[in-house]
Order: sequence, then C-alpha cells, then structure tokens
Amino acid sequence: MSTTTMNIAHDEHRDDQASKLGMWLFLFTELLLFGGLFLVYSIYRNLNIEAFRAGSAHLDIFIGAVNTVVLITSSATVAISITAIQNKHYRLAKNLLWFTILAAVVFMINKYFEWGHKFEVGLYPGGDEFNALPGGERLYFVLYYFMTGLHGLHVIIGAIFIGVVIAKINKGKQTYNNFALHENAGLYWHLVDLIWIFLFPLMYLIV
Amino acid sequence: MDENVTKHHLNFFEETGGRKGIFKWIFSTDHKRIGLLYFYSIASFFMVGVTLGLLMRLELLNPGGQIMEAKTYNSVFTLHGVIMIFLFIIPGIPAVFGNIMMPILIGAKDVAFPRVNLLSWYLYVIGAIFALSTLVFGDGPADTGWTFYAPYSVNTNTNVSMSVLAAFILGFSSILTGLNFLVTMHRMRAPGMTWFKMPLFAWGLYATAWIQLLATPIIGITLLMIVAERFLGVGLFDPSLGGDPILYQHLFWIYSHPAVYVMVLPAMGVISEIIPTFSQRKIFGYKAIVFSSLFIAFVGYTVWGHHMFTSGMSGPARVIFSILTFLVAIPSAIKVFNWLATMYGGSIDLKPAMLYALGFIFLFLIGGLTGLVVGALATDVHLHDTYFVVGHFHYVMFGGTGFAFIAALYYWFPKIYGKMYNIKWANIGFWFMFIGFNLLYFPMLIVGIMGMPRRYFDYLPRFHLPNIISTVGSWILLIGLIIMIVNFIKAKKHGAPAVKNPWKGRTLEWSVDSPPSLENFDKVPTITEGPYEYHKEED
Amino acid sequence: MENTEQYHKEEHHIISYADNLKVWIALLFLTWLTITIAYITGSVAIALVIATIKAGIVLAYFMHLKFDSRILTILLLVTMTVFSGFIVLTFFDFALR
Repeated sequence: MSTTTMNIAHDEHRDDQASKLGMWLFLFTELLLFGGLFLVYSIYRNLNIEAFRAGSAHLDIFIGAVNTVVLITSSATVAISITAIQNKHYRLAKNLLWFTILAAVVFMINKYFEWGHKFEVGLYPGGDEFNALPGGERLYFVLYYFMTGLHGLHVIIGAIFIGVVIAKINKGKQTYNNFALHENAGLYWHLVDLIWIFLFPLMYLIV
Repeated sequence: MDENVTKHHLNFFEETGGRKGIFKWIFSTDHKRIGLLYFYSIASFFMVGVTLGLLMRLELLNPGGQIMEAKTYNSVFTLHGVIMIFLFIIPGIPAVFGNIMMPILIGAKDVAFPRVNLLSWYLYVIGAIFALSTLVFGDGPADTGWTFYAPYSVNTNTNVSMSVLAAFILGFSSILTGLNFLVTMHRMRAPGMTWFKMPLFAWGLYATAWIQLLATPIIGITLLMIVAERFLGVGLFDPSLGGDPILYQHLFWIYSHPAVYVMVLPAMGVISEIIPTFSQRKIFGYKAIVFSSLFIAFVGYTVWGHHMFTSGMSGPARVIFSILTFLVAIPSAIKVFNWLATMYGGSIDLKPAMLYALGFIFLFLIGGLTGLVVGALATDVHLHDTYFVVGHFHYVMFGGTGFAFIAALYYWFPKIYGKMYNIKWANIGFWFMFIGFNLLYFPMLIVGIMGMPRRYFDYLPRFHLPNIISTVGSWILLIGLIIMIVNFIKAKKHGAPAVKNPWKGRTLEWSVDSPPSLENFDKVPTITEGPYEYHKEED
Repeated sequence: MENTEQYHKEEHHIISYADNLKVWIALLFLTWLTITIAYITGSVAIALVIATIKAGIVLAYFMHLKFDSRILTILLLVTMTVFSGFIVLTFFDFALR
C-alpha cells in the first residue's frame, strides 16, 4: 500500500480528531438505527422464508445491481476526492464530489422507478394487491419499503452534506490541511454505501 | 493562600456574551448555563410528574372510583411514567450535573461540541412540549402505559403517535448528549489526567454515554414502527397479518432495560464522589468501581428479557435472561461494598449531601434485592404486573437515582450558585422524604406479594390498609419536597456566600471559584495525582 | 491543549489514487461474485460473508480505519458486538419456541 504523509494545520481551537471521533460515534447510532430494522428482518425472514422468497421475486435484480454499482462507485469517488484535496488538487476534488451527488441522483431515480412500478400494480401498504398477499409476504414488503425508504432518506441527506462540502472548498474553508468536514461527509456517505451493501443481498438476492 | 478570597474576574452568571435577558440563557453555549437550563426545565416537568403521582395516590386511597374514571386513570399513570422516565430520570443527572460539573472535573473549559450541547437542550424542550401537549387535545394522553405495548398502542384512539414522537425526539437529545460527553472525555482531559485519574462521576457518565449511544437508536426505530402501524396498519406486530406482538416487546426492552442503567450509573457516580468527601478518605477500590460501571453498561444490554418472562417467550430464552440478570447484579453489589469500605475508619460528616447518599445506599439496596426477586424466573411468574414490581422500581429509580439527584444538588449547589442553604432545614427535609418514601413504597412490596395488580384503578378490600399508608406516605414525602424546594429558593436569593470548598473535597471543582468563571479555570491545571488523595494535614 | 490520546500524531496517511481504484475494482468484483453465487446456491450465509468482506474493505480503506487510531476500530467492534448480541438473544426466543 503506497502512502505519503502530510502535516495537518495546528489550530489551538480546532481538534480534528475530536471531530472525527464525534462523526464515528454518530455513525454507530445510525448503524444501530438500521440495525433495529435488520433485527426485525432477520426474525421475520427466519419465520417466513418462502414468503420472503416470493416477495423478493417481485424485485428487479438488475436495477438493484446497477444501484449497488452506482453506490460503490460513488464511494470510490468520495474517497478519491479526499486524496485529491490533500494533494491540493482542488478542481479534481470538487468534480469527484459533484459526481458523487450525481450518483445519488441516479440512485434515487432508479428507486423512484422501482417504487413507482410497484405502486402501479397495487403493491404498497393499503393497496389491493398488497392486501391480497399472505402475511409473510406482506411483512417482506413492509420491511422493503421501510428499509429502502429510510436508506433513501439518508442518501438525500448525504448528498446535501456533500454539497455543503463543495461550497466550503469553493470558499477556501476546506483545504489540503483543513479538511475534517470533507472527511466526515465522506464517512457519512460510506455509511450509506455500507447499509446498501447489506440491503442488496438481503432484499434482492433471495433466490 | 486564603481560599475565601474571591477573584476579581466575572463568574459565569455575569458573563452574558453580549446578550440580554432570556437570550443570554437560551442562546448560550456555556455548559454551565445549559446545565441550569436543563435543571429548571427538568424540575418543572418533575413537578408535573409528581402531581400526576399524587393524583394516582388520591384515587387509590380507597377502593372504587374516587376522583377519576378508569380510562382517565390509565392516562394518568401513562403520562406519569412518560414524564418521570423520559423527562426526569433519564436526562436528569447527566444533563444537569454532567453538563455543569463534568468538564470542570476533568479540567476542561467546556464540552467537545458546545453548540450540539445547546441543540440537545432544544430537542429536550421540544420533546417535552410534544409529550405534554397530549394532555390538551384529541382523545387525551396515551392510555397504554409508558411501555406502549402492541396491539393496544396500535388500536387505541388516544394520542399515542404524539407521545411516541415526543419520546423519539427526547431520544435524539439523549444520544447527542452521550456523544458529546464521550468525545469530551476522550479528548479534553487536562494534562496528566490519565483515564485512571479521572473522577468516578466522570467514569459513571462515560459508561452511561455508551448506553445512550447504542441503545437509544433501537427505541427510536421501534417507535417509528408503531407510528407506521398506526397509520398504515401493515401488520408488523399483528399476528393475523403475520407479525408478532412479542417482537415489539423485545425491541422496546432492548432499549428500555439499558435505559435503567442510564438512570442509575450517573447516580452511582455521584455517590462515589460524595462518600469520599464526607468520609475524608480515598475511595476504596477505584478501579473496581470503574470496571463495574463498564460491566454494568455492557452486560446490561443482554438482560432485557426479564421484563418478558410471562409474555410467551421460549423456555430457554427465559432461563438465559434470568441467569444474565443475576450476573449484572454483581457489579452493583461491588460498588455498595466499596462505598461502605470507604466509610469504614473515615471521619464521617453527616451533611445533607451525605444523608441523601446514605439514603441512596439503603434504598438502592432494597431496590436491588427486590430486583433479584423479580429477576428470578420462578418468583417473577407470580410477581409480574403486581405492585411488587412498582415498589421495586420506585426503590431503585426514586430511592436510587432520585435521592442521588438531590444529593448532587446539596453537594454542588454552593459551587454553582456561590451561596449556601440552611443545613438544619435540609436535614429536616431529608427525614420527611426518607420516612415518607418508605411509607409510600414499602407497602407496595407487600400488597404485590398478596396479589394486587398494577395499572388497575380499583382493588380488592383486603388491600385497603396498605394503600392508605401508601397515600399518607405520599403526603409526608410531598412535605419533604416542599421543605427542600423552599430552602433552595431562599438560598439562591439570600443565602450566605459560600466558600470555595465547603466540604473539603479534593476533586478539581473545589479549586475553582464559586460560581465558576466562564472558562472554569484561570490556567489549565496539570494533574499529578488521583482524585481522592486525602491527607492527614491540609497542604 | 495536547491530549494523551494515542492518535495524537499530526501526520495523516494519504491513500494514493491507484490504491483507491484497486479497492473500487475489488468491490465491483465482490458484487459480481455475490450475485453469481446467489444463483448457484441461494445461501444467505455466503451472501452475508461476502457482504461483510465488502464492508470490511470499505471500512478499512475508504473510511481509513486501517490507518487511523486503533481506538476507532475497537469502538466499532464493540458496537457490532452489542448489535450481534441483540440478534442472538432475540433468536433464543423465536428459534426455540
């Protein structure tokens, strides 16, 4: 692994390590928040494996895979943008962050089509097709909407966070030796990616 | 150096940050002002909770309806629980004394994220308003009990969604406070203050913060599920739609059991500060107390099923949860032993703070032992949902955390306000509270064993006499509370000026001014010894 | 003022552009792998193992844990242990009824 080292500007009132620790602790709370849903999922899947399989068959694995690739790539661009800012490649850093936001938009558009299609055929809580499903399959769809919905909300929040970082780089408030906010936005975005890394196989790949 | 000479620079009350009136309070990011904001709001809501409790005791003075109908009674005990738990006991000691004192105890000038700290208070107030608003509109406050069990919480027309939303917001406040305290202790200890030279109150807050951080999100997501159920009726907890109401109970108690350690660990931290000071001896077994706090925090995550022994859980699960529950009792016992060992051979000074600390030990002991009775699977089957449980948890939460909160108030009041209260009246108040408390709650243990169910607004005639005693106890307790409140208000207005170190303590707060200056210390202290090094001669 | 936390060193490791791209490729490969294996054997255990490996790579490299102070990794492991405890203990109920 090739690396170089750089010095961080030392400001009496700034503690970047505290800022990073604070962000990690916040990520732990997010992991537990989604964790509650994963817990419910694991129990109900265990009790209704066939129903979950039937439910999963309604999902399009291709779109799911595309979204997975989109998020993984956006994670890479965020990570590279941090390398860029530390190397004072500010234009590259910003472009990569814009790409990440674009990826978020693409992800949400795909989500819109996925959900939209299901709404059209009545497969939503309260819809006719949904109400006709057996219990276990209904539980699958409730969890599907809840988990991908909550995840989608975090995609949006993450994208906004990244937008804020771009603005700060533009104003010179985030630089090669003062980039804690940038790093923290990256951490948040990686969390969004991490959750999807588990959601994808659990929701789409029950074969 | 004469410790009674006050410095010339401003104390934190006088530093206004250029703001006037209420704005110098509600826009301040000073941890001491924020702690006081919490204190005034928490105390106000506590009085609402007390009023609800007194109304319940009035209703239960005699069998049959007295002053309210059954459904009203259900809402009263629900709101009493929600207010006392989410607005008083959980935030209480960390938000008030953790905020005001912890940075000073570790030699810091504030917490790691002061603006997030203020946000925590805003969230607290918003959550409190949401919770109390359920009193005034629609079908009234939730009548489900503070536990909001499905399916009733999904079906009832009362303001469950609002209550649950309030709890969600309050949970967020709690999480942010925990996060702030963790980073503060990791990053801002004074030079020379290694982890094992940190005062035990700070350690208590550290262990607590880990519970706030990891357990609270689970209740957050669970409450969102209840709201989803109420609005979409999707069947997450409805067996006829494929769900399981017991899963709700698991999710609820996965947070709510660790929550009781959020309530008690800071309280134990306070006791660990007070006992050495009023015994003028180093704490016995500092490291044992540290590790027992961490042990409680982490093993405490594994015992929640003891609230569910009669719910329909599997046999093996019930046995495992019971065993783990006995395991988690051990570190608490270690602490009690260490406190008593600290006092042995010490120079005991029965000031009010010490009286309440000793009261804590006695009452928490009863609470803890009755906890073992309900933690044992075989006995719990008979005692679940009886008044025995109500007695048990009031002993630990009120006799424990409540008394520790008061002890902390008597201990640190002179430091915070620079004024001293009337010691004699404080002691008189203590005895009213202690006697009133035991008259109120001990009979509950008895009628519980005799079979009186909880959350019922009526009861059989054979339970009458203990209920009378209990209600009279509540009035005696109320007198004690009033004596205490009047004493503090008078002290704040006209109390004699307090010296820097009225109790001859050794931790850092006693070396700063009373009240402290804005940034606490003139010069960042360098630490060379542990927090409880009492010597024979004063240096 | 200075603190005694072990990650006080003011240097900061920078991951090269090339190494970032290598991680990206690895993640894409593992994604392909998990889809393929799902069709061969619908094993949720294998899918979770692969997902965990992907997560590990993201955590170690993209999120920089491999080069940061060890305390962060320790705290993460504590968090995950607590969460796993929740799942295991709940299963003691549902799986053994």
